Amino acid sequence: MAIRWFKKNKSGDDASASRAGEESRENADVDSPKGPPAAAGSDDSAQESEPIEPKTCAAGDQQIEESKSGFFGRLRKGLSKTREILTTDIDDLFLGKKELDAAILEELEERLITADLGVQTTMALMEKISKRARKISGPQDLKAAIKEEILSMIVGAKPHPPEKPASRPRVILVLGVNGVGKTTTIGKLAARAASEGQKVLIAAADTFRAAAIEQLEIWAKRAGADFVRHKDGADPAAVAFDSIEAAIARDMDLVLVDTAGRLHTKVNLMAELKKIKRTIGKKIPDAPHESLLVLDATTGQNALSQAKLFHEEVGITGLVMTKLDGTAKGGVVVSVCNSMQLPLHYIGVGEKIDDLQPFDPEQYVDAIV
Amino acid sequence: MFESLSDRLTGVFKKLKGHGKLTEKNVEEGLREVRMALLEADVHYKVVKQLIADIKARALGQEVLASLTPGQQVVKIVNEELTKLMGAEHQDIDLKGAAPVSVMLVGLQGSGKTTTAGKLSVFLRKQGRKPYLVPADVYRPAAIDQLKKLGEQISVPVFPSSAEADPVKICLEARTQAQVAGCDTLLLDTAGRLHVDEALMGELERIKKAVNPSEILLVADAMTGQDAVNIAEAFNDALEIGGVVLSKMDGDARGGAAISIRAVTGKPIKFVGTGEKLADLEAFHPERMSSRILGMGDMLTMIEKAQAAVDEKTAADLEKKLRKSQFTLEDFRDQMVQVRKMGSLTDLLKMVPGMGQAKQLKNMQVDEKELVRIEAMINSMTPQERRNHAIINGSRRRRIAKGSGNSVQDVNRLLKNYTQVMKMIKKMNKGGVRGLGRGMLPM
Repeated sequence: MAIRWFKKNKSGDDASASRAGEESRENADVDSPKGPPAAAGSDDSAQESEPIEPKTCAAGDQQIEESKSGFFGRLRKGLSKTREILTTDIDDLFLGKKELDAAILEELEERLITADLGVQTTMALMEKISKRARKISGPQDLKAAIKEEILSMIVGAKPHPPEKPASRPRVILVLGVNGVGKTTTIGKLAARAASEGQKVLIAAADTFRAAAIEQLEIWAKRAGADFVRHKDGADPAAVAFDSIEAAIARDMDLVLVDTAGRLHTKVNLMAELKKIKRTIGKKIPDAPHESLLVLDATTGQNALSQAKLFHEEVGITGLVMTKLDGTAKGGVVVSVCNSMQLPLHYIGVGEKIDDLQPFDPEQYVDAIV
Repeated sequence: MFESLSDRLTGVFKKLKGHGKLTEKNVEEGLREVRMALLEADVHYKVVKQLIADIKARALGQEVLASLTPGQQVVKIVNEELTKLMGAEHQDIDLKGAAPVSVMLVGLQGSGKTTTAGKLSVFLRKQGRKPYLVPADVYRPAAIDQLKKLGEQISVPVFPSSAEADPVKICLEARTQAQVAGCDTLLLDTAGRLHVDEALMGELERIKKAVNPSEILLVADAMTGQDAVNIAEAFNDALEIGGVVLSKMDGDARGGAAISIRAVTGKPIKFVGTGEKLADLEAFHPERMSSRILGMGDMLTMIEKAQAAVDEKTAADLEKKLRKSQFTLEDFRDQMVQVRKMGSLTDLLKMVPGMGQAKQLKNMQVDEKELVRIEAMINSMTPQERRNHAIINGSRRRRIAKGSGNSVQDVNRLLKNYTQVMKMIKKMNKGGVRGLGRGMLPM
């Protein structure tokens, strides 16, 4: 049923809906913090009451439609490319066949690898499926089996509700390689927290990339968050220190620290991160309360290497996976969750502010298989 | 860069080489490993399948089984097939047409278009062209500022785009402005977009129609996974790209995307981004790259880097001095400055054949600061001391150490190294390059 829904929607709506998203991107971003509490609770009704600005009326029809499909619908839509690989293809695999044979298994292996699950995860998954092969007859069975096995791999990545830190403000350090979407993620996180009534401060500790500070400042304005900046090229640790100091003075609830993108193999740059972390700890002993690594879903198996090295070097407490909407390859989520045993806090499935959604393994599996 | 892939393949080949005679089973086992290595390196599944089939057909043919060194024969076939896939030779950026010509940079969000635009203008300026940067990304906050700042850093003029303007109009107006500014090459930095986003892909097509660019480069992240083929295909179908820039190649990405993109679109990879600095853009040479994948080193790139960094007159002077064994500490310092212009020592060492594999190098970070210290010590000497090191006695050593913030031991070591280099040069001049092997870099 759900699959049919998806198929019907996929062909017609994708282009126009994404255009609608494009045109209303600016407005939606600015407005949602002021609106009612956004998607956090994954509550359908919250989505329906999403404010629609008069300005976006031209694109309004699609928007209403989109809002109606609600949280789950949007997750599906965002993940539609991944779904295409797994769902529809699994139906095709069985074309005219009843039994699960070697040819089907080989095809399945190909689908899994091209979905960026990675060789090792695919092999592990295939082994489990093969063991159950005798009990599988028909696509529904196979889907159920895959669903179950993938879920067992990623269920450990379910984020726990954040403990209330002993100290205020709560500090979140955001890390990642270049171009994964750290700044945008911070903008979205800030808007989300602000809409929940938290007082948010953003620290522009990416002092390296040209105009990174300006970019973040625009996001801060949109989210209605306080903003602390230094000059280009300043010591990022100093920016972090000043922001924490300011946050304490202004009695903020949350500090989001942006860092410059860096490849995980650059020893000096990793050392810089450690210094930022140490500096934050000087002001608030148990901070940063979280260090989130942002990963780009278009990345292939290198995402694993990124997660491993960042974790070894700086110690991360959780992951954010961005750009899941454009790619056929949500598979890297499975691969990373399976090997890292770190909670995956958010997944980004679109450009709008509430397209950064809390990760839920069950829903994710339901959406992709 | 391609280290992990070459590591894996080297491991596979070692196993194969051990066999005096190969059976079909040996070959298949070996190829299974090759397959895994390529898949783990994010080469697209279909591309791997084809590649393995081609290699297998040849490897199981008579040429291998009958040969005396079957293992090596297989290695050779893998190398040849990989080279075939990567394309024959380097293809340069296409800048034909009436000036000003335009180069369009397209790609996904975060692939590195803006940075590449900056790097490319540095690269083109070295070739005597006058670049003009055009920010056409009106969507991402502060994207225009970013390019403006980059332009300032490298003193390249930037078109003052406004975030409210239409990208197509920006590009057209920039063309006229470029002519006024006396520039001959426009670099159009477009907004990042998903290849499945039809509305934004349409915008690119309109820009292409309006400015008729000589070159369209797809900027792709070297870490891209299996989706690389879809991305490349979508951009190629919409725009008929001229080539690819592979960014972020300085990480530990296995670079499989390079192979996939090439295999699927047939479009050459023209440049690779190899670092954070704006000079870190290299022309891509497929034939060198496949030997790099297989761990055979890349001397050609190193020589090219040296040529770009050293100006000829100084080199000629230096040669004269070397011939006469008059290589002073001053020359030593100049030499060092030039080596540093070529890039980081770690990068340079990786290009030396065999070095990429050397275990002790794997985790070694060459201490770039050491060079700074040596420079400081030489700077703390008097001109007399630099010209004639023999006069540097104990008290002079103490002074130099103090002046440069080092210990006397450091000064001693420097002088010892220097005298060794001098001995080597003298030996060389007497004939025979044999003395060279050890300690080419006398630090």
